[in-house]
Amino acid sequence: MSTLNNLEDRRQFLKNTVAGSLACAAGSRGGLFGGTAGNTAPKQGKAKSVIQIWMWGGPSHLDTFDPKPGAGKDYCGTWDKPLATNAPHLEISQSLPNLAKCADLYSVVRTLTHRSNHHETAAYQMQTGRAPGGGLVYPCVGAVISKIKGYDAGYNDKIPPYIVLTTSQGRFSESGFLGQKYKPFVTGGDPSKMPFIVSGYVVPGMTEQRQSRRQELLQKLDTFANAAKGDQLVDEIGIARENAVQLLQGDAVKTFDLASEPDKIRDAYGKNWFGQACLMARRLVQRGVPYVTINYKGWDTHRRHFETLTRRQPEWDAGLSMLLKELADLGLLDTTIVWWGGEFGRTPKIGWESPWFGGRGHFGNCFSAVLAGGGFKGGKTVGETDSTGSKIQKRPVEVADFLGSIYAQLGIDPDGKLLNEKGIDTTNMPAASEAGRLIELV
Amino acid sequence: MVNNFWKHTLAMNRVCFCAAVFLCGLVYANPFEESASFKAVNEIDALLSSSLSKQGVQPAPLCSDAVFMRRVYLAVLGTLPTAEEAKKFLNDKSATKRTTLIDRLLERPEYAGYWTLKWADLLRCKAEFPVNLWPNGAAVYYRWIHDSIRENKPYNRFARELLLSKGSNFRNGESNFYRAVANRDAESLAEVAALTFMGVQTGPWSSEKQKQMAVFFSRVGYKGTAQWKEEIVFRIRKPLESTDVVFPDGTHGQVKAEQDPRQVFADWLVSPKNKQFNENIANRIWYWLFGNGLVDPPDNFSDENPPVHPALLSYLAEELVREKYDMKHLVRLILNSAAFQQSSFPVKRGSQQRQELFAAYPVRRLDAEVLQDALSQIFGVSAKYVSEVPEPFASLPNHYRTIMIPDTSLTSSFLETFGRATRDSGLVSDRNNGITESQMLFLMNSAEINQWATNFIGQGRNRKNNTGKPNVPREAADEMWLQILSRYPTGEELKTAAEALRSGTPAADIVWALINSTEFLCQH
Repeated sequence: MSTLNNLEDRRQFLKNTVAGSLACAAGSRGGLFGGTAGNTAPKQGKAKSVIQIWMWGGPSHLDTFDPKPGAGKDYCGTWDKPLATNAPHLEISQSLPNLAKCADLYSVVRTLTHRSNHHETAAYQMQTGRAPGGGLVYPCVGAVISKIKGYDAGYNDKIPPYIVLTTSQGRFSESGFLGQKYKPFVTGGDPSKMPFIVSGYVVPGMTEQRQSRRQELLQKLDTFANAAKGDQLVDEIGIARENAVQLLQGDAVKTFDLASEPDKIRDAYGKNWFGQACLMARRLVQRGVPYVTINYKGWDTHRRHFETLTRRQPEWDAGLSMLLKELADLGLLDTTIVWWGGEFGRTPKIGWESPWFGGRGHFGNCFSAVLAGGGFKGGKTVGETDSTGSKIQKRPVEVADFLGSIYAQLGIDPDGKLLNEKGIDTTNMPAASEAGRLIELV
Repeated sequence: MVNNFWKHTLAMNRVCFCAAVFLCGLVYANPFEESASFKAVNEIDALLSSSLSKQGVQPAPLCSDAVFMRRVYLAVLGTLPTAEEAKKFLNDKSATKRTTLIDRLLERPEYAGYWTLKWADLLRCKAEFPVNLWPNGAAVYYRWIHDSIRENKPYNRFARELLLSKGSNFRNGESNFYRAVANRDAESLAEVAALTFMGVQTGPWSSEKQKQMAVFFSRVGYKGTAQWKEEIVFRIRKPLESTDVVFPDGTHGQVKAEQDPRQVFADWLVSPKNKQFNENIANRIWYWLFGNGLVDPPDNFSDENPPVHPALLSYLAEELVREKYDMKHLVRLILNSAAFQQSSFPVKRGSQQRQELFAAYPVRRLDAEVLQDALSQIFGVSAKYVSEVPEPFASLPNHYRTIMIPDTSLTSSFLETFGRATRDSGLVSDRNNGITESQMLFLMNSAEINQWATNFIGQGRNRKNNTGKPNVPREAADEMWLQILSRYPTGEELKTAAEALRSGTPAADIVWALINSTEFLCQH
């Protein structure tokens, strides 16, 4: 609902929007000349949706998409036999056999860098493309994409355009200065449980009949509202309530019902939280939701890193590979970008001593991410790190360039103005660095 | 009591319940206001009503005891009265019971808790972006604010201590004032000082004026220590020539060599003669009690945005100075006024303008934290929070009050959904009390609310106040209404509830309806 609660706000809003569009007009000329190497032309973008797999905590690049078998035990432990994939010249960790079989569907960026080793600042950068500071909290890419591809483009579905499975990251999946409206809808619940209890949509044991009787009861018992009809806020609450009731009717709730998928499919994704979250993401994208984030916890493996990975890597190897294959089979991969990554990589050198017992710390100098679909080429690698995965050898990729490339594939001009109610004059993404956006994958 | 009653009624004798309701149901015609028209209690009211009458507007009548009670609990404590407290107040026959309640509430610990929340929003008490106090700094800063509010530190001292703060962010809580900024250049510090203590935004100022004010903050320095994330705020003692300075009001002054320019600024700002300083805090307190400022928003004093009742604002500011900046005094004065105790319904219904002119008490949605605490209290549950900062791990004990969370880096889906303040800028727009569909979805259709409503009725929850009194239906309904809406049900409501039960509606759905009512969701 409108947050413009009173006349003053509305006036301010109008003022700001006018200021914003003027600033926009003034800035467009700069954009024409400001183009540096690597600016992808936004009009070619044909992607419609994004699935973001957020490896919360920071996944090790050496033990996923940038293996260094020659670096010795201090760097690889016993994981020194990487797998060849079905893409030429692309090897990945021995712990990802299913992904090795479908590497033609995705590309690996091995040289992301932001040089920050703190969760908070690194995650902020990975989610917004901005270094923290400067007096503003920027919206993360999910908020921007759901705004431009959703709200601004007339998206009108009963499921909000920006979904987070299943818990919020708080500030990082936040809308920043864009405000409340652009916050993600966080499902809560666990998709591997039956039923998947989506907060606000799915209540076990609730019938439609009871729903509508409750609404009638509420109408009658809402004594204050009945006495205050005509008050702006009271009316606004009434409207929001009606809209919410609309959301509950019809097929929106069915989209969240994973029981309607064949068992074979559900099994193939893996009947665990992550696998079923991937399946859920596919269903949402199929429905047309522009941005889905899967917040996948547990990758901050300071201690006993290899034990954790041995246990948990198969989970996402299965889920992610199935997601990519199914999107491809359904013809959705061309219009759906899938990106995988966390806030940073992990230290190449392993801490074998107490208290780590084979752990890896935070590492923001160079780390890997995966890009698939949405017009990005598959089977490629971008950039090269040194023999231990500690330094960038070739082609650094700045976070803003990485995220800007995603925008471009969606038809969002990274250098375009990010319109906002506060009248802040800023672009969708910082200008491309010298190394440039990822034209090699387009 | 409630659970036994509903179980009993549902299982055995629905019809009997309805009859009982009819028999003992007193009719409360209008639960929200009294018939007596507006009558001035103190100077505030005289000034308000004279200003309104010039505009041809009539103030609203007094609100009912029940509305007053809920309103003053929420305004002072950010907390609902319990059913017991509500009953006691409503049954009290004393003519001075409103004043007595105000005095009692102002002495409760929740007062300091809730008002610290407001101050912490303004002073940007947050571990993370964009202010980056870090958890330790935020905790110490919060503690300093809380102590200051609890001891009712005079506002002039409070302001001075913040402005002249220095030392370690881990030891001197107030020094975090200079760290709770996204940028640390002198102009940004000046901007924050103007916003905090003058209610003024420097953005539209001329760059010359901005630079003039920045001079006062040009000697603030920061340095790290051996301890991780500890930082010292200090005064840079570069030899400085004696400098002429210009204050924001255009008057001139001088900073002598070896004098801290902040001291000169504080001497100008924190003064009984500085109208801007005094009116800002008076307006801020009014805003906190009414949800709208006399200058609104309260962080945008400017020529284009004059107060709606200038004489009233001047009076409040002067009163504060007269009482040596005793903030509690001003709060008490306002709470006792007929202005604060007006009905929420303007004499001319439906006119929004009446609320903005304070010709009725403004209706607004409860703050996220207050709503969370209200639900926790009613249902006896404990909210869960997460800290997004993996280190240090933060956790709060069960039943910790949400209004007392020191740092907005500790959060929950609920708080995000209901727009708690981000503490990014210190502007009141950091908090979003707008209404969204997701909020309605949560209240209407979340597993939590449904579970709580069901538990409220029976199965397993032992209510403390089961004193073994006879389970008469009326008492149970009273209890439910008192617990959730802090008032007795009306005859009409009792009839509706009885009919619903008779037609097979689960009793939990009555609880659900009250929780979803506009009355519950709003401060009114």
